[in-house]
Amino acid sequence: MGGMVATSEQKVGNASVLSPTGRVDVETTPPLQERLLPLLGTSGAVVVIDFSGVTYISSSGLRALMLGAKEAKAKGGKLAVCALNETVAEIFRISRFNQVVPVYPDLRGALTALDPAGVGV
Amino acid sequence: MLIRFWGTRGSLPAPLGGAALQGKLRAALRKASGRSFTDDAEIDRFIASELTFAERSTFGGNTSCVEADIGSDEHLILDLGSGVREFGNRFMSGAYPGKKKVFNILMSHPHWDHIMGFPFFVPAYVPGHTIRIYGGHSTLDNAFRRQHAEPSFPVDYSQLGASIEFVTLDPAKTYDIAGAKVRLMRQHHTGDSYGYRIEHGGRSLIYSTDSEHKFEETGDTYPFVDFFRNADLVIFDAMYSLADAVSIREDWGHSSNIIAVELCHHAAAKRLCLFHHDPNSDDRSIAEVLQDTRRFEELARDGRAPLDVLSAYDGLEIEL
Repeated sequence: MGGMVATSEQKVGNASVLSPTGRVDVETTPPLQERLLPLLGTSGAVVVIDFSGVTYISSSGLRALMLGAKEAKAKGGKLAVCALNETVAEIFRISRFNQVVPVYPDLRGALTALDPAGVGV
Repeated sequence: MLIRFWGTRGSLPAPLGGAALQGKLRAALRKASGRSFTDDAEIDRFIASELTFAERSTFGGNTSCVEADIGSDEHLILDLGSGVREFGNRFMSGAYPGKKKVFNILMSHPHWDHIMGFPFFVPAYVPGHTIRIYGGHSTLDNAFRRQHAEPSFPVDYSQLGASIEFVTLDPAKTYDIAGAKVRLMRQHHTGDSYGYRIEHGGRSLIYSTDSEHKFEETGDTYPFVDFFRNADLVIFDAMYSLADAVSIREDWGHSSNIIAVELCHHAAAKRLCLFHHDPNSDDRSIAEVLQDTRRFEELARDGRAPLDVLSAYDGLEIEL
């Protein structure tokens, strides 16, 4: 019951911003994960996933975030998510993933927290 | 098929403590403030209608033991946690007049919380009773003999009066046990555990506890989806949150409510019963997990038929 996830990527200051769209589930997570983990593979990397275009996330998508969080911790980097819609925010709360990955209301808030120099703060 | 839950707690018995009881009394008195009751029946109606389950009752503290009463003349029990003591007492009180004194036990695995009730299972001490203990592990008998041995217990296994047999089951086969069609499936847990699919009279029960699911595997092709397929009831180990199950408690051998819902959705199961509650969880937090799980089921449904979600408690009965 999955759909295609198109993930755009941009660089803002020192941070990489991934912006997937659609449902992130067992079918659509692998390509997202393939983009996320290499970004976190370098020491001190800062990655923000902008969820504003994501309508749903399953356990598979959450697993990718867990792997990303572990990679970030191992390499001294930072991973955060932002702009969750109500459904995705509820899933983060129910799964307790809001205690695994920092969640910010919007992209600017995330970048300000993770890479203040990059956004001129 | 009538399912009775005699023990629903994971890992260790978790009795309701005085502080927790006081919290329930406080909640009840607060809600009853300003009310007057003419008789006990009116009090009972107030309790049933105006107090939440966590306020008026408890999920209970006994470890895993579930009875599947398919109406045959032999007993069918899943696991021998501390809950089996109360089942045994009920049997000894004469509550099963139409049944033979034959007890068929399906064991998920021999970890302590799943066998600890057996030394207190009174029917095991009575000559003339037959106890058949089935499971996927070939060494089940060692676990049972060891917990009866000195210095752990004063009555040696050899002194049990019942005739006790151990039967090793093969996951590749289907068995007729107590008149039910039984299949088992090996699960990811330290030392392995086995889940059971029990079918009788057109109804199907899944008992899947102490089972960790690596959630990259939970798509439609995941073998457990087929094992759970169209089940009327899935009793599922949902001991931890998903975040805990894949981080600080990864490889502890347990699963979460999120995986439970996703598996049941993929399998088109009809009803999910959360089971093997964390002994660190109080009644309120277990009730919150149930509420959250029902909400997640709505969010994850994606056009599927609704999945009925409930949470097991000691004393719960479900008719399939």
